[in-house]
Amino acid sequence: MLFTSYEFIGFITVLFILFYAIPKRFQWILLLAGSYIFYYLARPVYVAYIFTTTLVVYLVALKLDQKRAFQEAYLKEHKDELTKEEKKAFKAKEKKSRFHWMLLGLLVGLGILAVIKYTNFTISNINGILSAFGSSATLSFVDIVVPMGISFYTFQAIGYLIDVHRGTIKAQRNFFKFALFVSFFPQLVQGPISRYQDLSETLYKEHKFDSKMFTFGLERILWGFFKKLVIADRMLIGVNALIKDADTYKGAYVFVGMLFYALELYCDFTGGIDITIGVAQCLGVNVTENFMRPFFSKNIKEYWNRWHITMGSWFTDYIFYPITVCGPMLKISKWSRNHLGETIGKRVPIYLSSFVVWFTTGIWHGASWNFIVWGLGNFVVIMISQEFEPLYHRFHNKFHLENNRPYQGFQVIRTVLLMSCLRTFDCYRDVPLTFKMFGTMFTEGNYNVIFDGSLLNIGLKISDFIILFIGVIILFMVSMFQRKESVREQIYRISYPLKVCIWFGLFLMVIIFGIYGIGYDATQFIYNQF
Amino acid sequence: MDELLEILQDLHPEIDFDSCDTLVDDKILDSFDIVTIISEVNETFDVVISAEYIKPEYFNSAKALYELIEQLEDE
Repeated sequence: MLFTSYEFIGFITVLFILFYAIPKRFQWILLLAGSYIFYYLARPVYVAYIFTTTLVVYLVALKLDQKRAFQEAYLKEHKDELTKEEKKAFKAKEKKSRFHWMLLGLLVGLGILAVIKYTNFTISNINGILSAFGSSATLSFVDIVVPMGISFYTFQAIGYLIDVHRGTIKAQRNFFKFALFVSFFPQLVQGPISRYQDLSETLYKEHKFDSKMFTFGLERILWGFFKKLVIADRMLIGVNALIKDADTYKGAYVFVGMLFYALELYCDFTGGIDITIGVAQCLGVNVTENFMRPFFSKNIKEYWNRWHITMGSWFTDYIFYPITVCGPMLKISKWSRNHLGETIGKRVPIYLSSFVVWFTTGIWHGASWNFIVWGLGNFVVIMISQEFEPLYHRFHNKFHLENNRPYQGFQVIRTVLLMSCLRTFDCYRDVPLTFKMFGTMFTEGNYNVIFDGSLLNIGLKISDFIILFIGVIILFMVSMFQRKESVREQIYRISYPLKVCIWFGLFLMVIIFGIYGIGYDATQFIYNQF
Repeated sequence: MDELLEILQDLHPEIDFDSCDTLVDDKILDSFDIVTIISEVNETFDVVISAEYIKPEYFNSAKALYELIEQLEDE
């Protein structure tokens, strides 16, 4: 059941009515039932996967809590008998035991994810190696169903487990409440990756109907549909045409395809997140924001702080920091400072951890080399810009560019182009082909095709280009309005007739200009596959 | 405290660590420095500053960092 399908509209309509009609104490139970029905309707077998992860993480988290409680009780009971050293040794022993339990939970949770997502990728690489050594033997691929949004719910559950292990949160004792945290349906499709302490604040609460919040939720859903159906799915027609016929569409076409894809991905992903946040808001649940106008970033580091925010912070908190300060890395830090000098040596652990994070980010996006190269491309660009930062700083100071508007505009365009270039690995999904096509942008010299009407042969009519142009202008204007405060708060304050005009206008645009057809079923969200 | 001040002073001799309480906020300490500090603290005080403590509140001043070390020593 896709967000942009009629079934989904019907599903949430029934859910919203039931949610506010039933006694409030049953609301979270309805959400759990609704979430599992949503997942079951996507494909019945998916339920088995999410249930297994939920059960294992729930049990391990409970065990961790029990062990922590036991430690506290034991130390309290033997406060006067134990020496300081004995207490320390006991705590160390308990800490180690808790770590092993957490490891078990991680192995099961991540193990399921790894087997499902990466078995065929591993087989394909083994076959490649065998073939390179002249062997004709090949391993057969395995027919595995990849459950919808498995990376999102696994990461959410794993984050919870690590937080319980760290003692920053208490384990949820009610299995069904925990199951709701893992399976809450609006964010099953493509995130965001919520933290337990954030989502649980409103997920289990009893909710009275709040017309303002409900309207805000509906506005957000409508805005998501606009981005997805009017812009992203229209862009997709052009992107598909340009990518699928790489022999014909070289040079300037690659440049156009690159920019189209960047915008398509943005509208597709943020549109989906808007629908997620909007649906949750209609149900009184606050879901963490995942984007903060990323295309207004002045550098790539800032871009990653504003794009897919929950994934970035997840990787930082649960992969980057733990690797950077783990025992072996601290030894590497010491060794490298002693042998390579302070300046280079202190960079080694950060760069090694960053490498791991970006490699993981790449492979998380998809089990293929193009995603890994894309991830490592980001790593290289970020490291270079970090090293050049003092130089940039001096340059900005010398020419007084810190608050210079035109220069800031240049920085924004530079970041958009840089990120779009890296995304071409995502477009062609073939590393050598991507390099080849990228090179043609500088060798073909056919930039006249942008203006001579040739772009009308990629499946988009002149009317499509006009709609896209207007759509992008609306996107830009909304982003500018957002700088001050939430656009929905601004709409809330205007007169009712004007408000209705905005709603109706947006609704009509989605209905009239959305990409539909006979027997239409909206295109899958790109991030759904992760 | 003196041992900690020595570690910090080695990294940034120009800073008065007794009074400065915006080491992270003012970008005096960067991520490279923080890993170096954690490594040195680990060796000098035999305490492990794990990932969940990498927050500005613990690294903004020498005093806050020293309190963290004392807390971890007690654990």
